Amino acid sequence: MAERSFAAEVEKLRVGAGAEFAGEGILAVTKALLQSGVSYVGGYQGAPISHLMDVLGDAHEILEELGIHFENSASEATAAAMLAASVHYPLRGAVTFKSTVGTNVASDALANLSSGGVTGGALIIVGEDYGEGSSIMQERSHAFAMKSQIWLMDPRPNLTAIVDSVDLGFRLSEASNTPVMLELRLRSCHIHGKFIAKDNVRPSFTLKDAIENPRQDPARVVLPPASFAHEQEKLNVRWPAAVKFIKDNKINEVINDGAQDFGIILQGGLYNTVIRALQLLGLSDVYGNSKIPLYILNVTYPIIDDEVIEFAKSKRAVLLVEEGQPDYIEQNLHAVLRRADVPTKLFGKEMLPPAGEYTPAHVIKGITEFIKKYGPQLLDQNALPAVVRPSGDKPTSLETRIAPEKVHGRPPSFCTGCPERPIFTALKLAERETGKHHISADIGCHLFSILPPFNIGATTMGYGLGSAGASAFQSIETDKQVISFMGDGGFWHNGLTSGIGNAVFNQSDGLTVIVDNAYSAATGGQDILSSQADNELRSTKHPIEAAVRGIGVKWVKTITNTYKVSEMRETFKSALTGNVKGPKIIVAQSECTLNRMRREKPAMAKKIKEGKRVVKERFGIDPDTCTGDHSCIRINGCPSLTIAPNPDPMRKDPVATILNTCVGCGLCGEAAHAAVLCPSFYRTEVITNPSIWDKAKLSIRSAVIGFLQNGIERRLVGIQPNA
Amino acid sequence: MLNQSRPITMAVLAMGGEGGGVLADWCIDIAEHSGYWAQTTSVPGVAQRTGATIYYLEFFADDQSNKEPILSTMPTPGEVDIVIASELMEAGRAVFRGFVTPETTTFIASTNRVYSMAEKTAMGDGRVSSEELLSACEAAAKKFISGDFAEVADKSGTVISASLFGALAGSGALPFSKDQFTSAIERSGVGVKNSLIAFEKSFEIAQNSLKPKPNPVSISIGAKPADAPTANLGLTPAQELEILNNPNGAVGSKLQDLASRIKSDYPSAVTLMTISGIKRTADYQDAAYAKVYLDRLEAVKECDSVFGDGTYRTLNEVARYTALWMTYEDTIRVADLKTRRTRFNRVNDEARVGDNQIMQVREFLHPMAEEIADTLPTFLGGWLIKTKPVTNFINKLTINGMRLHTTSLHGYFLLYILARLKFIRRRSLRFNLEQERIDQWLTKILAVMPENYDLAYEIAESANVIKGYGDTHKNGWRNFTSLMSEVDKLRESKDSNAATRISKLRSAALSDETGEKLRALL
Repeated sequence: MAERSFAAEVEKLRVGAGAEFAGEGILAVTKALLQSGVSYVGGYQGAPISHLMDVLGDAHEILEELGIHFENSASEATAAAMLAASVHYPLRGAVTFKSTVGTNVASDALANLSSGGVTGGALIIVGEDYGEGSSIMQERSHAFAMKSQIWLMDPRPNLTAIVDSVDLGFRLSEASNTPVMLELRLRSCHIHGKFIAKDNVRPSFTLKDAIENPRQDPARVVLPPASFAHEQEKLNVRWPAAVKFIKDNKINEVINDGAQDFGIILQGGLYNTVIRALQLLGLSDVYGNSKIPLYILNVTYPIIDDEVIEFAKSKRAVLLVEEGQPDYIEQNLHAVLRRADVPTKLFGKEMLPPAGEYTPAHVIKGITEFIKKYGPQLLDQNALPAVVRPSGDKPTSLETRIAPEKVHGRPPSFCTGCPERPIFTALKLAERETGKHHISADIGCHLFSILPPFNIGATTMGYGLGSAGASAFQSIETDKQVISFMGDGGFWHNGLTSGIGNAVFNQSDGLTVIVDNAYSAATGGQDILSSQADNELRSTKHPIEAAVRGIGVKWVKTITNTYKVSEMRETFKSALTGNVKGPKIIVAQSECTLNRMRREKPAMAKKIKEGKRVVKERFGIDPDTCTGDHSCIRINGCPSLTIAPNPDPMRKDPVATILNTCVGCGLCGEAAHAAVLCPSFYRTEVITNPSIWDKAKLSIRSAVIGFLQNGIERRLVGIQPNA
Repeated sequence: MLNQSRPITMAVLAMGGEGGGVLADWCIDIAEHSGYWAQTTSVPGVAQRTGATIYYLEFFADDQSNKEPILSTMPTPGEVDIVIASELMEAGRAVFRGFVTPETTTFIASTNRVYSMAEKTAMGDGRVSSEELLSACEAAAKKFISGDFAEVADKSGTVISASLFGALAGSGALPFSKDQFTSAIERSGVGVKNSLIAFEKSFEIAQNSLKPKPNPVSISIGAKPADAPTANLGLTPAQELEILNNPNGAVGSKLQDLASRIKSDYPSAVTLMTISGIKRTADYQDAAYAKVYLDRLEAVKECDSVFGDGTYRTLNEVARYTALWMTYEDTIRVADLKTRRTRFNRVNDEARVGDNQIMQVREFLHPMAEEIADTLPTFLGGWLIKTKPVTNFINKLTINGMRLHTTSLHGYFLLYILARLKFIRRRSLRFNLEQERIDQWLTKILAVMPENYDLAYEIAESANVIKGYGDTHKNGWRNFTSLMSEVDKLRESKDSNAATRISKLRSAALSDETGEKLRALL
């Protein structure tokens, strides 16, 4: 089960025609899929589209009613390959993943799919993880659309527009026998808004129909000579069909053409930002009534040449607002205008930043520069927004008021009580004895190890590729081994074969640590093959150790309690210093705390309510024995382990302290022991609803200890003034 | 003519897991129940795992035109009406990113600190000044509302989103009534009662901070020496003044003579520090040890009065570090502190032990052979350290550490007896070693002061690099000796920048554990 329950959202999916649906962008897409008569949905979780998967996972009853098959694909490649169902049959199918990373993985299947073409609508919903909040390399899905000829829709960040484009996307796909990619930016996925719903639709041609009436047509398979025919068909048949559909349905919008002899062309996804920029410049109202002609590309691939020429030819200049690089659309527009001999000036990346997210500030600056050049009379110099006010004018608004070094970066890190942190504590301690190793990291929460305080991990080459990323480091000239990390998510995604199988086959020496926290944790706690939870829809509890042994690894150690730092450290040492050749695997297994707490907190509250004896543990630090050196923090980094002003008036440095958010995972104590730190750590056990035996012990202890403490206090008389 | 009406814009800067999303959802809920178009976006992603994250909201009054307004998904610097920050450095970030501007922004900031990793991992004090952050926030905002909303939430048994929501209501920055705010909490249906308590308290804080501030009335409680604040002991001015006027009143009967000596012989600039020093050393050992402490300061005092700049800052630091050094943390001290009633009460409070609850405490101790040797009489300790089979045997016994149940009888007895070993401390290996080291350090200060006062001050301050236990302490001592040999070199070469150099090396020694930065500079 995922980190968040979507029981309430699932009910929303049932609303019928005319009802208002209010919610998150990605939920709107989910509803739109049900409205469009989709037959099957697959995907791989990852921000920002995890919620789409999670909601559908919780909505299995509705899906069954509508005859929809939904699965949690093993990888994005699996998801994309699923679309093969739409090749021969009029089945609508959708898959979703994080892009561009997911699209990278899916691209083999996507290329095959788009070569042969589709009969039923095939929709690829990509969560474009670009700009602020992104966790991946900054690239564009646009490139994949171009290389495989998949149409790319980039709707306005508005629920109605997004929902409409799901429907349009399926129809466009069917009209042109081409898969369609629906690009949803990070913020569009998490946007809250509303739209008017339609009834859910059961597909007229079902999976049952397809399964019972199989079709075959070698012309749709990528094998010569069909593959050569595909290429011709793409250009000569499917492209014109798509252009016609896009024009007929007016998917791209033209606003207020003719109002000026210059205009702006923009990606649909940037519409709200451009309108806000124009509004702040006094050139639009809040409803988007722009004084400047706009041509909005709700489909960014293919570019509709006629529409571009029509918009541009009556103008002296147009500004293209295209986010990201390379500037594919800008290059495309230049070619279109050049071929048509249209002399209109085209501006793009020379007025807007060549790379990076297009924030309102950047867009305002770019548009201001453009308007200053072509319609300066339209700008009221006295009412410009702060970001483009000449410096010196109203200097109070945006001057620097705080030095950058005062505002430290606050990257994500391991949660309080995270079972992965002690793995890195143990490795750091092991390295004190074995020396430093080259460490190859992977994708997942465990990648936070590369940041302080651990600073562990040199590279990451992609999901599940931690072990593969270390494969070059084989040398008969040294006994030193390299270490690689891999999460359980990445392991099942591909790491079992790309990393472990590869190491077995090539007889590679080295240690791979598989972090098994029982979930695909970083993407929101979804279940995977090795999850420990019972899941009525999925088959779980397939141990990683069995898989690893099955593929041929001999040296495998499973640690079932990662918080035991000394044991972890010793296991590291034995793997790194032993004489065993070949791949060595440590499966470091402890449940993700975020998910464990979600389950255990309510259970504990219930027990307390029922009057049962409950022990709650947490850690503390004695401030009077803490010397303020913070060694404990440097090998731990827990959010609950922090600093506080020193209560000792003579000491200047802050003491280490443990906040009330402590979940009592035990790492502090284990680390203090393993690293021989200091005697300041203690664990408190608060017993709620204590037994009679607890109470009896307490009264004896209190009497004896109290007596001895009176003695201690007597001996200290004469130091402090009398109260 | 274009319709000029603009949406209300609001940014919430929070950290993953703080409930920023809940706060945003409440705001959307009020707005949609009040005939507003409302939009929220966020970019949580992996930032959900404790990282900094922003929620951005816009509200627009429905003008019955049946047209949907185009709302932005991202804040524009200079155009944000309301900014809420759940923590002081995040507030600083809001200012840094230009979201808070004096012409536009109502700025609600919680003054609590969640320290950054860099602040936490420093060997010494790596904290960014809260005052600096606060004054930047104040200067940047049109209206500034601040308070420890995390504490309010904590005391009300809820999370910070509830108290920030109260402050937002109290700020009057949104066109909704208090009832509309509280109804949103009620509609959400989770933890309503506690959320409402936090809401009310924060509402009040916000309303109070918007009232015009009365001109500050200066409260004078008598003259205070200009150089007194150097002690910086965290006391209130009134408390400080009381000790300065009557040092004898600050100590008990056993320390009266020493307090009188401080009053008559010592400059008032160091009164607070020396009074603390005699109390600390007496608490550690006995009144006689406190006398040793004060005697140690005597020569430094004389020297500082001749060669100093009148502030007695070197003497003050010597008074600080001599006391800390003399009360080094040995097993006896640790056992002593852990068995006291005050400690039991503190732990009880911290664990929030309520009715029908019992608390137990377990210590995580890891005595090594060296620490045991430290507390033994010098000859015995020395023998133990040199006799490898014995040390190995002890270390093998203790390698996995001890978990001592202090609230049980046997656990308490063990620590209690250990604490009673005070009487053998004066003959112990470590005691004699530390006394020797302290005297060497003091001798150096005295030797340097006539030739270079600033350098003497730096030598005094250098004692701060020795801290911690076990390996940390060893590394600290190694860094300290490196600093001292550098001092010797600088003295020989009569370097005029010696003090600055040592000051730099001192911070380097505190910037990492291994002494790498220090070695690089050396």
